[in-house]
Amino acid sequence: MMATRDLVIIGGGSAGMAAAISAYDEGVKDIVILERSPYLGGILNQCIHNGFGLQYFKEELTGPEFLTRFVVEVQKRGIEVKLNANVTAISKDKTVTYVSPEGAGVIEAKSIVLATGCYERSAGSIGIPGERPSGVITAGQAQLYLNEYGYLVGKKVFILGSGDIGLIMARRMTLEGAQVLGVAELMPYSNGLNRNIQQCLIDFGIPLYLSHTVTKVIGKGKLEAIEISQVDGSLKPIPGTEKRFDVDTLLLSVGLVPNNDLLDKIGVPISPTRGSKVNEHMETELDGVFSCGNVLHVHDLVDYVVEEGHQAGKSAAAYLQGRLPRHEDVLYTQAGNGVGYVVPACIDLHNADGKVAIKFRVRRPAKEVYVEYRIGETLIKRMYKPAIIPSEMEIVSLDKASLQGEGPLTVSLVAKEVK
Amino acid sequence: MMYAHMEDIIIIGGGAIGAFIARNLSRYQLNVLVLEKENDVGDATSMANSAIVHSGYDPVPGTKKARFNVEGNALFPSVCEELDVEFEQCGSMTLATEEKQLQTLKELEQRGKDNGVVTRLLSRAEVLRLEPNVSPDVKGALLCPTAGIVNPFTLVAHAFENALDNGVKLSLGEEVLAIEKRDGSFVLKTNKGQREAKIVINAAGVKSEEVTKMVEPVDWTVNPRKGEYYVLDHYAPGLVNHVLFPLPSEKGKGVLVTHTTSGNYLVGPSSEWVEDKDDHSTDSETLSNVKAQASLMVPNIPFREQIRVFAGVRATPSTHDFIIEPAKTAPNFILCAGIESPGLVSSPAIGRYVVEELVRPLIPLVPKANYQPCVKKYVRFSALTEEQKEALVEQNPHFGEVICNCEKVTLGEIEDVLSRSLPCLTIKAVKKRTRAGFGKCQGGFCQPKVLLLLAKKLGVSPLEVLYDRAGSNILRKESK
Amino acid sequence: MARDLTCIICPRGCALHIDGELNVTGNACPRGAAYAKQEVTDPRRTLTSTVKCRGKLFRVCPVKTALPIPKDKVSPAMDEVNAVEILPPVHIGDVVIKNIAGTGIDLVATRDIEE
Repeated sequence: MMATRDLVIIGGGSAGMAAAISAYDEGVKDIVILERSPYLGGILNQCIHNGFGLQYFKEELTGPEFLTRFVVEVQKRGIEVKLNANVTAISKDKTVTYVSPEGAGVIEAKSIVLATGCYERSAGSIGIPGERPSGVITAGQAQLYLNEYGYLVGKKVFILGSGDIGLIMARRMTLEGAQVLGVAELMPYSNGLNRNIQQCLIDFGIPLYLSHTVTKVIGKGKLEAIEISQVDGSLKPIPGTEKRFDVDTLLLSVGLVPNNDLLDKIGVPISPTRGSKVNEHMETELDGVFSCGNVLHVHDLVDYVVEEGHQAGKSAAAYLQGRLPRHEDVLYTQAGNGVGYVVPACIDLHNADGKVAIKFRVRRPAKEVYVEYRIGETLIKRMYKPAIIPSEMEIVSLDKASLQGEGPLTVSLVAKEVK
Repeated sequence: MMYAHMEDIIIIGGGAIGAFIARNLSRYQLNVLVLEKENDVGDATSMANSAIVHSGYDPVPGTKKARFNVEGNALFPSVCEELDVEFEQCGSMTLATEEKQLQTLKELEQRGKDNGVVTRLLSRAEVLRLEPNVSPDVKGALLCPTAGIVNPFTLVAHAFENALDNGVKLSLGEEVLAIEKRDGSFVLKTNKGQREAKIVINAAGVKSEEVTKMVEPVDWTVNPRKGEYYVLDHYAPGLVNHVLFPLPSEKGKGVLVTHTTSGNYLVGPSSEWVEDKDDHSTDSETLSNVKAQASLMVPNIPFREQIRVFAGVRATPSTHDFIIEPAKTAPNFILCAGIESPGLVSSPAIGRYVVEELVRPLIPLVPKANYQPCVKKYVRFSALTEEQKEALVEQNPHFGEVICNCEKVTLGEIEDVLSRSLPCLTIKAVKKRTRAGFGKCQGGFCQPKVLLLLAKKLGVSPLEVLYDRAGSNILRKESK
Repeated sequence: MARDLTCIICPRGCALHIDGELNVTGNACPRGAAYAKQEVTDPRRTLTSTVKCRGKLFRVCPVKTALPIPKDKVSPAMDEVNAVEILPPVHIGDVVIKNIAGTGIDLVATRDIEE
């Protein structure tokens, strides 16, 4: 059954709902959100801890409270939502194919916003040495079991990776009666927010082993123990530094990857974030196809995911209303010294009004540095940072009018010169 | 628990060999019981291997390996059709990456001829035309058009399902601990009690030596040889189109690069002698070597698409050939020992041989009138056309509910495998049958749903659902 | 007594120093200074957890303390959280436990749960 729609939003999490709300408010009424779960909100449903919304709502909310505010806004506008609807493919001419228990369907979309979030790197993807017993699971999966299903996956726990989900789960599992023996982090610094180190580890006396990794998983059917080792400067385990922990659970918090299958499969170019390359309107190489939120690049705060969703929704509206012409002459961006990636991948300078938000993450922590924005040799902007860390996404707003010259626009870190 | 019932035949081991012996026996009016120590069939060597349907050019002419490989390869198309198993006869290429190896290729071509296998030598240009991602340093290759790839999980499971549909019985989680020879029968002491049969077939894989020793001493050994692999996600179609092998050595067929029937890529295996027959561990150093060796053939393998590493243990016999024969002191005890590569491709032929040549002299084989060679067709929802999908969802809405997002496996498909004759008791069994959890998130999102479905189907608490072996429960307690 | 603290008020996580006279440095905003003073005199945390609530889609209902509670009351509060069961429907903000662990602060639901 073929239908046509002005805007199809794939994914009803925070990015997708924000996009729908903004597009609607800009005058697009023929919208459908396709959500694979039986409820809206995406991953925030399992993030029952607080700390969300300080930027966006200026108050501290839990994940379910934050998402519910968006659900209310979606419902208020009467935006159509198809739940349990799993998109299996999109085509370059914007045909969206999905299945749901109510029926399989094909939608000819005039525009698409992709907001499918991200997934966790698994034990298999990092190839942890040793056996593969049950009890080695991602922190997010343990969080899902605990916070939505009401089951604890283990009683004696070790955590590999100091990403925020791992830290949050250290606290959650401790509160629920499990014993968390420690957190190992490969890098010499934590990948989580400082506040989470404090309130999830230090508060509970859980040790953080920096420059350590799991070098052996022991157990045939069920996890029995793990061995961790210290690593050297090139991240190689140092023999003789092994420590054994008898645990029934190893939680992994070793990174998130954009869930960009739908665009990957049709060959839309991807950026170093493993999301699609987009311009400053969040538009991919395909006209009228936008990407936002964690499927574009993994964010640190949902508040910024929502901002990006709003922007993608507004852009989709502009596209549908003929206000978003695409031009060939664009300014490309690139990650320079010390920088991991830059979003957007290119900036349309045809209309040089207004500002453009540049988002990036650094590769490793640095102190007393300048962030420099250069086009060729020309310095556009330089900002001093007393400290900058990979776990935080940096956002800077540049005047489009300032972006003149032969590209690309390079974002790099420069050490503060010593007088 | 005592079992008063006397079986005609007990098969020890629910791997590929046990599966095809059971299936071949199920044609006849016999009481057949299969004992498998794990909680699923095909849970050891049959699960963790390269899943290659070898052409048969490689084994030494005149050996059982050569015979059953070539016979098995010929049986594969019809077996996979009957059993509804994913099989692709994509052909293999054995690559020479140095000039001096071209001579070896010619010898292998001759060996293929001796084994009755059609092969063709390819020039460098031909190789690069057929496989553009192969190293430009390649000098030539031996093409074997009859080689292929198979889904090893469904191969074993569907063969057992077919055997069970035709009356064979299966007991999972039952390990044979001792065997007593009696007059005209064997009594098997297991972890669950006692079993008795007129004929016993030992298809115990890496443990086939231990099981034989329960009956008589042996002058051979089965030595565990581990192989470690990488699995890559399926987002680069056409990286390789054939199974790519380096030249074989004493250590086996070497590190291969192949696509799989699910469109993933498989790179491996290593070859390491290990002590423990249950050693499925991987280690970084071995895997780095695998990576380096594979890169000699295909320089740009996208290893960042890695979604899993695993290890399998080969049942390597000290005799260098399959041991398929009656025990010396007990003609009703049939050995299938030391079945290493090319065991998977050989399994249909070994099953036929064991039944028709070794069992037939021992017991009357009376055909069943209602023998059904085919399993009920499976729905593979993601492979259907849009029209077919719409019609199916209309008929059963559960086919519209996607459980595994990465592999697009639906509730309808999972319910189907849970309702077949072959028991599907664990999360891993569901994964092997349906691919739910096989994708890039490795079950991160779908495992809880599968777990709850299993609990409901098995009528147990979610706390009791196993990932695989006893004790492998995922959940430890209700938090609330 | 002087102490070094990590501010937990916002994701920025400032490194704070507070001396014996409750002078705070290192804070980027006034909330940081307030946090440091609070932390050394009467440390408090917002407790989030779940309570038993068997709904159609969820088996538990997420909850939080409406305000931060004294750190040493977290453990007794969890005992109360673990003992309570509520019945759907539940609405965000519904009081689940009044005056949890004698803190004068209520435990409230943070999700709507349908019947």
